[in-house]
Amino acid sequence: MDSNKRYWQINLKYLAILLAIWFIVSYGCGIIFADQLNEYEVGGFPLGFWFAQQGAIYVFVVLIFVYVYLMNRLDKRFGVEED
Amino acid sequence: MTSLQVWTYVIVGFTFLIYIGVAVWSRAGSTKEFYVAGGGVHPVLNGMATAADWMSAASFLSMAGLISFMGFDGSQYLLGWTGGYVLLALLLAPYLRKFGKFTVPDFIGDRYYSQTARVVAVICALFVSFTYVVGQMKGVGVAFSRFLDVSFGQGVIIGVCIVFFYAVLGGMKGITYTQVVQFCVLIFAFTVPAIFISLQMVNHPIPQIGMGGELADGTSLLDKINQVSIDLGFNQYTSGNKPRIDLFCVTAALMLGTAGLPHVIVRFFTVPKVKDARISAGWALLFIAILYTTAPAVAVFARTNLIETVDNQPYDQVPPWFKSWETTGLLGFEDKNGDGLIQYYNDQNATFVNEVATPRGWKGNELKIDRDIIVMANPEIANLPDWVIALVVAGGLAAALSTAAGLLLVISTSISHDLLKKWLRPNISEKNELRSARIAIAAAVIIAGYAGYRPPDYVAAIVAFAFGLAASSFFPAIILGIFDKRMNMQGAVTGMIVGLVSTAAYIIYFKFGGGVGHPERYLWDISPEGIGTIGMLLNLTVALVVSRLTPPPPVSVQDLVENIRIPKGSGTATAH
Repeated sequence: MDSNKRYWQINLKYLAILLAIWFIVSYGCGIIFADQLNEYEVGGFPLGFWFAQQGAIYVFVVLIFVYVYLMNRLDKRFGVEED
Repeated sequence: MTSLQVWTYVIVGFTFLIYIGVAVWSRAGSTKEFYVAGGGVHPVLNGMATAADWMSAASFLSMAGLISFMGFDGSQYLLGWTGGYVLLALLLAPYLRKFGKFTVPDFIGDRYYSQTARVVAVICALFVSFTYVVGQMKGVGVAFSRFLDVSFGQGVIIGVCIVFFYAVLGGMKGITYTQVVQFCVLIFAFTVPAIFISLQMVNHPIPQIGMGGELADGTSLLDKINQVSIDLGFNQYTSGNKPRIDLFCVTAALMLGTAGLPHVIVRFFTVPKVKDARISAGWALLFIAILYTTAPAVAVFARTNLIETVDNQPYDQVPPWFKSWETTGLLGFEDKNGDGLIQYYNDQNATFVNEVATPRGWKGNELKIDRDIIVMANPEIANLPDWVIALVVAGGLAAALSTAAGLLLVISTSISHDLLKKWLRPNISEKNELRSARIAIAAAVIIAGYAGYRPPDYVAAIVAFAFGLAASSFFPAIILGIFDKRMNMQGAVTGMIVGLVSTAAYIIYFKFGGGVGHPERYLWDISPEGIGTIGMLLNLTVALVVSRLTPPPPVSVQDLVENIRIPKGSGTATAH
């Protein structure tokens, strides 16, 4: 298979995984299942409330830095990084 | 002059001097510097500038206030205004940087090989930026009315003048470096009072953790605020009251809108490489997260403090801050039952009114609080030193000015570059291009100032409209342009028009038309703030269907798509 196509497919795979996590922490834990999670308490916070107002945001930041790391590695592997 | 006024003049004056100094020092020398700061900004600095551009008067002044009154339901703003950066970093920024032009309409126009598409995009960009800048004007008015002891209306007028000169002074280069400084001012101004209050209330220096802490008497802060809220007829703070589908849609509209806002996207044209565009988004979100995780803590602290200060207290013994905020008209007390005490409670809650309020002789809520003052009044309510209060004023101004400047640049670029240079008058001279940009800025500031003076809703709500419109027009067109090689002009243009018109119609109907005050007519319980999500889905569906029924895009365009997917070979952002 054409190397650019392979590169693009691996990129799409990374996107799918990272965006799934993005969706689960925000819409999943923070909204859809917030009431159920609020039954548990961590560090003085009801858990669903914590995800919606704190936790999801921390995860967002980590996701972007993980993506940057993965893509820089992928660019090198396929020799498509900039000069 | 009081000590507070002296501090305010000193701190605000000092920060303004720095902004002007930086703006003059880094003035744009060429069109490329004017539009994209020469394309050579370091990613960390770009992250800071993006954060300052991003965190508007709404983030700084209104958001904590909104959350403070909405509790859990306020999460939509926290999630919505941060989560979009993940989409931006993963789905848009690197590819748009590789594409390497100046503006979003440039991308739409080239990718969809059509002047019509470009014009639709310009109209969307103007509409979105303009709606957004109205919110900033109200924020500037709130900050100035407090700072100069003038009425809100006069505050807006002073703000209009300052923003006008400020925006004319700098191109993108000047604005970028000024925003780096403004970021430092606003983040310092937001976190310092929060740390003080956190130490005061729960004896913990980190507000993000202190929010879950215990008060001096051993009760948990969140338990206490839940209890106090229920005692006054409000909803429990940590669990939501909104229909979940609405919360979901509003959050999604804000996220998708963030990723579609022209003044945010243009930020990623200012860095040297594709790699830098990716990491810039990461730095930007990290810097934004500092404020966005502090805000919910401020909301809890402020609400608890406020209720304790006013609840059933005699009006003639209120602290001085109460009176000084009354003069701005943002706080008001009306003694409905004539007992001289302040009764603050939820008089919309029928059960509470019948069972608790009426038997106690309460005749309605007597305290009118504009949510926007929560952040500004918070340090005073908590008895913090005067210099902290002055710092908050400087921070609010930094937030409003940095965002307004970024937006006005997008507006003027849209008119001078996209509309005149690329469409109506391709032969326009550089001098005339600049002059038309300045006239556009002047008109925009004045109209936005007037709209900000008579706002249809709270600052954050006005801004939310801009997001709905960005989500339903730009986001799908750009995403499809990168990820769907088969997407053609017919599909993208029809999609954008359907998305924009349906979203705008819904918002106008429920905010200005026959639907005002009739939330029961909402489609599936979705409020106007969240309708952008549905508009986005409509846009996406229409675009996909129409594109499959019409011929594929030309080979040169398909090659362009292949090209932007690979980082190799990016130059700096270029003119044509």
